[in-house]
Amino acid sequence: MNHAIFEKNSLILLIATLIVVSIGGIVEIAPLFMIQSTIEKVEGMRPYSPLELAGRDIYVREGCYNCHSQMIRSLRDEIERYGHYSLAAESMYDHPFQWGSKRTGPDLARVGGKYSDAWHVEHMRDPRSVVPASIMPGYPFLEKTPLNFDNIAARMKTLKEIGVPYTDEMIADAKGDVVAQISPDTDGAKQLVKRYPKAQVRRFDGRTGDDVPPSELDAVVAYLQMLGTLVDFTKFDASGPNLR
Amino acid sequence: MEDTADGRPSINDMLALGSALLFSIIGLILAVSGADVGMQLHGLFLLVASAAAGIYVVSHPTNGHRKKADCYFDGPVRVATLACVFWGVVGFLVGEIIAWQLAFPALNFDLPWTNFGRLRPVHTSAVIFAFGGNALLATSLYVVQRTCRARLPGRWAPWFVVWGYQLFIVIAASGYVLGITQSKEYAEPEWYADIWLTIVWVTYLLIFLGTLRKREEPHIYVANWFYLAFIVTIAMLHVVNNLSLPVSLLGSESYPLFPGVQGAMTQWWYGHNAVGFLLTAGFLGIMYYFIPKRAERPIYSYRLSIVHFWSLIFLYIWAGPHHLHYTALPEWAQTLGMTFSIMLWMPSWGGMINGLMTLSGAWDRLRTDAVIRLLVVSVAFYGMSTFEGPLMSIKAVNSLSHYTDWTIGHVHSGALGWVGMISFGAVYCMVPWLWKREGLYSMRLVEWHFWLAMIGIVLYITSMWVAGITQGLMWRAYDHLGFLKYSFIETVEALHWPYVIRATGGFLFLLGGLIMVYNVWRTVRGDQPVDLKDQPRGAAAPELRPGAVAVPAE
Repeated sequence: MNHAIFEKNSLILLIATLIVVSIGGIVEIAPLFMIQSTIEKVEGMRPYSPLELAGRDIYVREGCYNCHSQMIRSLRDEIERYGHYSLAAESMYDHPFQWGSKRTGPDLARVGGKYSDAWHVEHMRDPRSVVPASIMPGYPFLEKTPLNFDNIAARMKTLKEIGVPYTDEMIADAKGDVVAQISPDTDGAKQLVKRYPKAQVRRFDGRTGDDVPPSELDAVVAYLQMLGTLVDFTKFDASGPNLR
Repeated sequence: MEDTADGRPSINDMLALGSALLFSIIGLILAVSGADVGMQLHGLFLLVASAAAGIYVVSHPTNGHRKKADCYFDGPVRVATLACVFWGVVGFLVGEIIAWQLAFPALNFDLPWTNFGRLRPVHTSAVIFAFGGNALLATSLYVVQRTCRARLPGRWAPWFVVWGYQLFIVIAASGYVLGITQSKEYAEPEWYADIWLTIVWVTYLLIFLGTLRKREEPHIYVANWFYLAFIVTIAMLHVVNNLSLPVSLLGSESYPLFPGVQGAMTQWWYGHNAVGFLLTAGFLGIMYYFIPKRAERPIYSYRLSIVHFWSLIFLYIWAGPHHLHYTALPEWAQTLGMTFSIMLWMPSWGGMINGLMTLSGAWDRLRTDAVIRLLVVSVAFYGMSTFEGPLMSIKAVNSLSHYTDWTIGHVHSGALGWVGMISFGAVYCMVPWLWKREGLYSMRLVEWHFWLAMIGIVLYITSMWVAGITQGLMWRAYDHLGFLKYSFIETVEALHWPYVIRATGGFLFLLGGLIMVYNVWRTVRGDQPVDLKDQPRGAAAPELRPGAVAVPAE
């Protein structure tokens, strides 16, 4: 072919370039939305509770993804170190995904339940008080900052519009649910657990008192403690149909 | 778009003024009623910048007395060149700080604004988009005019591109420090910054295309193919990867459109091609102009440039999934990503060979001209990291290297070695040319810069190889009873000394950057070069070269 066509006409060069650079992306991305087996069918996945979502937003804000992955690869040592390899279904409500690309710290995909709340509180305040060789920054300001959840309903509504199955009821009760999740043995807490099965209800930041408002640390620990705990792996058949 | 300067009130001025007014109003609204502090601050930035631009346009109207501009439009190129140097050292400095934080965590100071998680995007964005981006803006706008023998179109549009881009950088970086991020690597800026960049970028594409359209050379020179591919592909990647829904039009928060596995695939389709098109195709444009110019030799092979251009831009786009090996991304996508990444080795080396062999017959210049050495060594680093990349994309290798510092080392062999060195070389070429000087202030300082950067890079890469392979092997080590041998924290402890060595290497690289700042500043100021006799003919501005008329590189 005569290459002069491209060299003598800027618009033809532009259009040809656009065509050439579009192909790979179309072939690799579009099928992920169409092939059903991309995301396995599992039991237990649900959207984040309002408090967990607020914690996740702080996780994003602080750039935790720079050092912590949330993606256990299907390799023997990773499964033994961190637990069952991560499923696509486990991040299907994650906008944005938090798979990460670097493990300066350990993977957090299944950190939920591995440590006590007290450990997390201490670790956030001063990582080296519980892990002497840790190189993680301290986040003492989290427990001192009251959680801002004025617009939590608006955040959930936004997520609903892009496909996260929040119900109108969940959105309407969002603010109340934030407080309910740190108020055990209340009616609100019972309602919350109905809406968000397996949600853990307790004061997470270690503070006591009935009307102490939630701190940012409450939200972050609530988020960390639920990571990787939703899918019921006793009912998950890794060799079953409709899997990759 | 037309050239300025006829008798009528200029349409350029009215357009510029109208835009400045519009953006001032938007800035004012956001500054006054923004839902969060970050949005208010960024509204204020937009207001101040737009108002300043508007005042400048009003006080510098296009008028009939001005002669039709027939020379090259270099003001914006000069600003972008200085911005490249400035943001370069800022980016290296922040990188240096976070490198020491990894060795000595007390340096995080446990404050929100100084922790590693918020500063790392400041570093990556500063070096990729601020340093690299301005290098590309400066060189592309310089090169396209010379190789087309045409002036950039418009009177204000090129200024808008350059200053609008700086505003984007300031908004992005100040946002990270305040915790405004969408946490997609190298695409952290929030929705409103993304919209601003889109406006700037489309204008950039238009002025670039506009210059190509009015060119007086029959052929579009090869450097411009690469620049054009870079500009248009980055536009596509940026728009698709940043699709998101803001929580409120007055607030900084948004949620990306694509979740989980689709989000990850889209992000690394973007992420890998930010490397492929911004840090590779764009910089190949630099290679294709500045190496032949400085060496005063033609490009080695025209045919090779055609073959490697089309194959490079076709293959690169497919390589993204190699960032997601063994993850929940479907296996077919991983296999495609790996296969195309390995194939990518060939066009990459095609470009390297074309760049290196351009020196044929002028290899002695490597000894005598430190600027040529910067340019050529950068191409050698390009060859090295484009061999390492395909290697690391092989799943078996990736299972060891991924999530470790090997990746960091690989990126920096490309970023410091290829992108950094070729940008330094281009800056050292362009500064005397743009400011009409007989040469650089000091060639000896370029030598110093070269060797400091070189030693810095070697320390950086080797320490990261050691760190990455050590940690990768420790993660998968089993003891004789079949248990994992090391806890995670033991693998962190093992990295302390590599981290110290890396930070030391980074310091040398930063020091080289500071020497460049000094050298550029003295050259711009117009100080008499101290070693003019050691500088090649091509170091001088074209109009000052003895007995030579400026000829395009083609």
